[in-house]
Amino acid sequence: MNIGIQLAYLVASVLFILGIKYLGKTKDARKGNVLSAVGMLIAIAATLFTLEVFSLIEIGAAILVGAAIGLYYSQKVAMTKIPEMVALFNGFGGLASFSVALSDFFFKNANEATSLDAINLTSILLSVLIGGVTFTGSMVAYLKLDGKVSGQPITFSGQHLLNLILLLAFFAAAVLVFIDPSQEIYLYILVGIALLLGILTVIPIGGADMPVVISLLNSYSGMAACATGFILNNNVLIVAGSLVGASGIILTQIMCKAMNRSLMNVLLGGFGQTVATGGADGPAVVVKEIGVEESAMLFDSASSVIVVPGYGMAVAQAQHVVRELMEQCEKRNIEFRFAIHPVAGRMPGHMNVLLAEANISYDKLIEMDDINEDFANTDLVFVVGANDVVNPAARTNPESPIFGMPILNADKARTVIVSKRSMGKGYAGVENELFGFSNCLMLFGDAKQTITKVVGELKDMA
Amino acid sequence: MSVSALIVLIYVLVLASYLGFELISKVPPTLHTPLMSGSNAISGITIVGALIASNEMGYGTLSKWLGLLALVLATINVVGGYAVTDRMLKMFKKK
Repeated sequence: MNIGIQLAYLVASVLFILGIKYLGKTKDARKGNVLSAVGMLIAIAATLFTLEVFSLIEIGAAILVGAAIGLYYSQKVAMTKIPEMVALFNGFGGLASFSVALSDFFFKNANEATSLDAINLTSILLSVLIGGVTFTGSMVAYLKLDGKVSGQPITFSGQHLLNLILLLAFFAAAVLVFIDPSQEIYLYILVGIALLLGILTVIPIGGADMPVVISLLNSYSGMAACATGFILNNNVLIVAGSLVGASGIILTQIMCKAMNRSLMNVLLGGFGQTVATGGADGPAVVVKEIGVEESAMLFDSASSVIVVPGYGMAVAQAQHVVRELMEQCEKRNIEFRFAIHPVAGRMPGHMNVLLAEANISYDKLIEMDDINEDFANTDLVFVVGANDVVNPAARTNPESPIFGMPILNADKARTVIVSKRSMGKGYAGVENELFGFSNCLMLFGDAKQTITKVVGELKDMA
Repeated sequence: MSVSALIVLIYVLVLASYLGFELISKVPPTLHTPLMSGSNAISGITIVGALIASNEMGYGTLSKWLGLLALVLATINVVGGYAVTDRMLKMFKKK
């Protein structure tokens, strides 16, 4: 193989690694992304150069179409919809690797000169399996996130047995392909099984667990690229694929830990179905209401405020008025910070992006472990659109389905105001004990409208 | 492929994964969403495989069509992934 292209791939690999290293610091992150993109450009240019395919019109057309779609989507997508986009792109990555693997199989099968050896075939079948599962699994995750299909877990008896049988059938058919690769029917069976497995493994997982699922599928899309690297004997695919694979695995672990669930428990699915009755036998929670004016007075007299944002804040599009609230408080020299739970939002780090979009400085966004000690010394905690992540039952009630989940200690503050549309339950479908606490006040109504009014009151006071 | 070539690839896989774990565990949680969209873009590296596959055979063969499909999808990932990551990172400001 050409030495020039190998060196170009080496440079690309180093740039990918540097790109991720720069993501370690928020101020350098954008530069890192550019480095990574330059690496990609070098890899593509080097490949085009050695293939001498500049004249092939259909390759140019395919790149143009893909680039136009990608560019359009990336500029149009709302920040609340990033999880959907990532889910779709995981699927595209999986399908791309899957297609390359199949293409290579048909090519080598049709050519007398290029026979398929065992290493080649194994890599192809792995790429078909991982890529296929990633593709259909991601599509189901996308549909669930987007609300096109219900986020409810879909379970039926014998589900896990069926998945196991399908996996075994995959290996059986794989053996048959090994024995005689020219019998393409077995390959089609493998393709069908892989695609079906992706659907079946994601449908039992509930909407609340999608952050785990898209992290895991992210990892799969990297592994599929790795497998494709083994097919093509290509190092840059393996390096890039490994980085993505590692990233997805780390994020999956973080998400599981933040929900106090094992990965197995998430994957087996069905969470939130049977637990809804768990809190019903307890006494109904009696809550105290607070109005807009009194809320404004509490903010005015506080010396420290911590906001606990949840996805509900983004749904109500309230992040911009929360920033105005922050500005009003900072005018009064009130310390104002945000406590970010790892599962706030619908994917890892989602809440930070939503708040950054609302022009809130990232040094105000404090991770759970760094801020949890401070709640006890805080005058006022303002919970906006969050629920399960501040439920003290996770600490105290072994009966609760969320028992053991790490939570933000909002209840330890002097006063807690909860902005909430109504007395609905959280994602996990459990009653929130915090709402009945003596230091907790409920500010009912649409978050954007009520907070706008609070800000208005604060402006009048000034 | 020879076994020795395979061993080299496995070396690369193991070392790159190890490096990946080390580097990514240092990415702050604030940036986890851009990390994921950025890794969408990086997994678009399959574009290299897609180019090779698109080039392999004459018109009309299944191999070629699959290659071109992969090329469109991988390009969406690469362009869309880097562009949306940049759009997000641009918003992270410190005052």
